[in-house]
Amino acid sequence: MNPSEFKFSEEHEWVNSTNNGEFTIGITDFAAGTLGDVVFVELPEVGSEIKQFEKFGEIESVKAVSDLFAPISGTILKKNENLTSEPELVNQDAYGDGWLITIAPKDLTELDSLMSSQDYGKFTESQSH
Amino acid sequence: MTLLKTPLNKTHIESGARMVPFAGWDMPVQYSGIIEEVKAVRNACGLFDVSHMGRIDIQGSAASDFLNKTLSVDVNKLKPNRAKYGVICNIDGGIIDDCIVYKFDSDHFLLVPNASNKTIVIDWLNQHKPKSNVSMIDITTQHAMIALQGPKGMQTLNDQVQSDMSLLKMFNFTQEAFCGTDVMIARTGYTGEDGVELFVPESKAAHVWNILVDSGAKPCGLGSRDLLRLEAGLLLHGNDMNTKINPFEAGLEKFVNCDKDDYLAGPALRKIRSEGPEKKLVGFYVDGNRAARPGYTINHGATQVGYITSGTYSPTLNRNIALGYVLTELIDNNKNLKCDIRGQFTDIVITKLPFYSR
Repeated sequence: MNPSEFKFSEEHEWVNSTNNGEFTIGITDFAAGTLGDVVFVELPEVGSEIKQFEKFGEIESVKAVSDLFAPISGTILKKNENLTSEPELVNQDAYGDGWLITIAPKDLTELDSLMSSQDYGKFTESQSH
Repeated sequence: MTLLKTPLNKTHIESGARMVPFAGWDMPVQYSGIIEEVKAVRNACGLFDVSHMGRIDIQGSAASDFLNKTLSVDVNKLKPNRAKYGVICNIDGGIIDDCIVYKFDSDHFLLVPNASNKTIVIDWLNQHKPKSNVSMIDITTQHAMIALQGPKGMQTLNDQVQSDMSLLKMFNFTQEAFCGTDVMIARTGYTGEDGVELFVPESKAAHVWNILVDSGAKPCGLGSRDLLRLEAGLLLHGNDMNTKINPFEAGLEKFVNCDKDDYLAGPALRKIRSEGPEKKLVGFYVDGNRAARPGYTINHGATQVGYITSGTYSPTLNRNIALGYVLTELIDNNKNLKCDIRGQFTDIVITKLPFYSR
């Protein structure tokens, strides 16, 4: 199940606010399942800027490599260092321990262009048929 | 286009396998996960539905000569109940497909080409088939083809059959009763592990599959099959070879007899042999975390000297591996080769194939 409070992009990234105004970003369970076993995640350095719907990194599975697209713009505060040694966390817990980065958001109105959990569920259903 | 379904299609879907279109078939790409499946095959045993592979039944008094003329191997010297891996080359020596030919007796053979090339192979064979004394029938849908692979595969199989299948030699095959079903069992595979491939009547496929799964064979998809074959240094037609590549370039010359009489590709292949191939397929270890993927270029200094044809992360070796073509003159002096991985020039080192052997 996709967490109801998260927002989702058509590129299969999620974003969720944390208590202190930071936002966490990851890829969806659907995306992780489609990619298959993740073996490497390349993320930008802390402090760098990401722009909504633009590429910010790469995720590599045994099958293929895919670009990561930012669901919203902001400045990177943290990246998930555990993914260096355990990239499989993305497959095991896409909405939890498999998070990718946290950011300080630039413009919260960007969230309005993303999908709700329910809409994303319908979106992925239409994609898998 | 409607996808073709193997006799095990329902079994895969009911078991929750992830299905994808492959060469016109609806096939499982993964069951539990590619890496987990690779580990199961390397350490215990895995089960693959490979029913999408072509099965062409070839019979008649001229069948042996016909196959000898079109396949790279010496079909006339093949003994009954033995199989042989070979390639099918066009007149220029380009590889139309690789295949296994099985000989039942002097005038009855089974040819197993790749799913994606079956029609092309049949067309090519039809062009060269004598008008009489050879019949060729596509029997792909009559059987399921199930690969049981891994160090525990033979024991798992032996639990279900009367004879001791571990006595079956590599590339030999036999008929055996499997839980009341007559099954053809061949000691062949595409994973680098010991194992067999079973040819099971279509109606009994799910029964045989389920028995093997219940005996501990892990159901696997095409994703892990591709990774296992790459670790074992086995080529995939369409990736690592095609009609523009000849067997000397692909390193498959040991499966080719250029000198046999009447061999269609013989003249072209003998010429290639005497001139020597300009480029050759080699294996690489790839530095760093990013895998070299098919189509990426290989550079020496500022010059492109080759390209990658297959590449991924190998869970068994815990490093990135790749296959690709490089100019022959650079192979022995293997220095400073770099792969352009999306703009990042990464060190790659030629290594002996296979990457992994049991």
